[in-house]
Amino acid sequence: MEIPWDIIVIQTVNGVVTGMILALVASGLTLIFGIMDVVNFAHGELFMLGAYMGVVTLAATGNFWLALVVATLIIAALGAALQVVTLRPLLGRDPLYTILATFGISLVLQNYALWQFGPVARKIQEPFTGQFALFYLQYPWYRLLIAALSAAIIGGLYLFLKYGRYGIWIRATTQDRVMAQAMGIPVPWVHTGVFAMGAGMAAASGVLFGPLVGVNHAMGLDWVLKAFIVVVVGGMGNLGGSIAASIFISLLEAYASIWVSPSQAIIVSSVVLILTLLFRPTGLFVPTPK
Amino acid sequence: MMAPQAPAEPLISVEGVHTYYGKSHILNGVSLQVAPGEVVGLLGRNGVGKSTTLKTIMGLINASAGRIVYEGRAVTGQPSHKLARIGIAYVPEDRRIFRLLTVMENLRTGLDRHGVSEAQKKKLLEKVFQYFPRLAERRHQAGGTLSGGEQQMLAIARAMMLEPKIVLLDEPTEGLMPRMVSQIREIIEVLHKDGVAILLVEQNVPLTLAASQRVYFMEKGAVQHHAAAAELSVDHPVIHKYLGV
Repeated sequence: MEIPWDIIVIQTVNGVVTGMILALVASGLTLIFGIMDVVNFAHGELFMLGAYMGVVTLAATGNFWLALVVATLIIAALGAALQVVTLRPLLGRDPLYTILATFGISLVLQNYALWQFGPVARKIQEPFTGQFALFYLQYPWYRLLIAALSAAIIGGLYLFLKYGRYGIWIRATTQDRVMAQAMGIPVPWVHTGVFAMGAGMAAASGVLFGPLVGVNHAMGLDWVLKAFIVVVVGGMGNLGGSIAASIFISLLEAYASIWVSPSQAIIVSSVVLILTLLFRPTGLFVPTPK
Repeated sequence: MMAPQAPAEPLISVEGVHTYYGKSHILNGVSLQVAPGEVVGLLGRNGVGKSTTLKTIMGLINASAGRIVYEGRAVTGQPSHKLARIGIAYVPEDRRIFRLLTVMENLRTGLDRHGVSEAQKKKLLEKVFQYFPRLAERRHQAGGTLSGGEQQMLAIARAMMLEPKIVLLDEPTEGLMPRMVSQIREIIEVLHKDGVAILLVEQNVPLTLAASQRVYFMEKGAVQHHAAAAELSVDHPVIHKYLGV
């Protein structure tokens, strides 16, 4: 069988682009889990609300980049408020409580969006429409830009966590919440800040991805499901692992869709999840425990 | 033997504190005081509540009754990060350094506080590295890769970054080689000379008697006896009574 190199290259580009967006969504999710032990079922709705906030701001200002910043900041503030009101009082309780709380938030936010914006999908106009030739395709530059922007945001997060004063607070809290507090680190506010950051990253990915798909009240569901898969495959709470798993799974799906339909290719990520849970439940991208 | 006078103006005063772990009554009305700059030992057999006393003072466990007064105001029930910021530092029994953070990052958890200038930070670091040159050599190494003794140094150095008025020091010599034990003894002396108060929980009786001005003896979750360290020796009947050595 002849290898269709042109299609493989196109699908590699598609896989990396989708993988970077997914990595951006999953980074927020894994950050929240790693630090707070909270499985945030409302993450997809923060992604969706971010996209809607982008639609509203874009309609008011006509500036995509301003819409990206405003949506990120507003949803980050909403995330902070949600954490203080619903999750902070549950700190130290059984994880089931936080799962139920975030699931409840997701239902409220989804129905709010349906009520506020209606069932018809909205479109975010991409900031530029240039294309370049990729074999027989005219490939939009915007797709490459969102991959680059996602990489830049994740890179910024890495640098912040590695070198920033609050980044060290966050990493210390991840490792030993009690001792971090004994060192004067205001752990409840670290949790709030991390939740806000995760929410802001979800919102940014919602706005960035908005031009490629329609914005509707249920758009978060697919993404958060996939983000959960990469968080488990990458190793719960492992930021680098989630990024690697996002690209890995997106590439697998992209390659699979050369031979089967894209809707069937989605099965690949489920298969990877099942195999990971069966044979390496700590995640594919974490070092083997010694 | 006369019990020494409690300090007239204590830095910290624990007054009839009770603490529970679930339904287990661990502290049964602990009362003790530490004056500014004073080193006070807290001795007793395993399981009498010495470490729990330190954890309760640090706000890591809630006191169900009684109160803790620091610099004249009640701090009972305050979260530990607020206590750390007003000058109470805690060095736990199992060190609990941040294993994946470098030595420098471990120190920065205490150093990067509001209101500390860059010059102050530099001075504090120089001071700590002067006391613990091994930490200076390993400043970029992950905390988890240090030896037990180095980890203990790091735990104490990290607490010093808070510029505390009192350090709650829980079994700092546990599991250390004799050479390291004498280094810990020296650092207690240095902190004392700097005017830092220390509440020292230790199994090493000679070290506790040598380092402390006063000693409290705990039994059954409460302070049962109180003496000046200078009046005690390892073979004193009080030591036999409360420690059974």
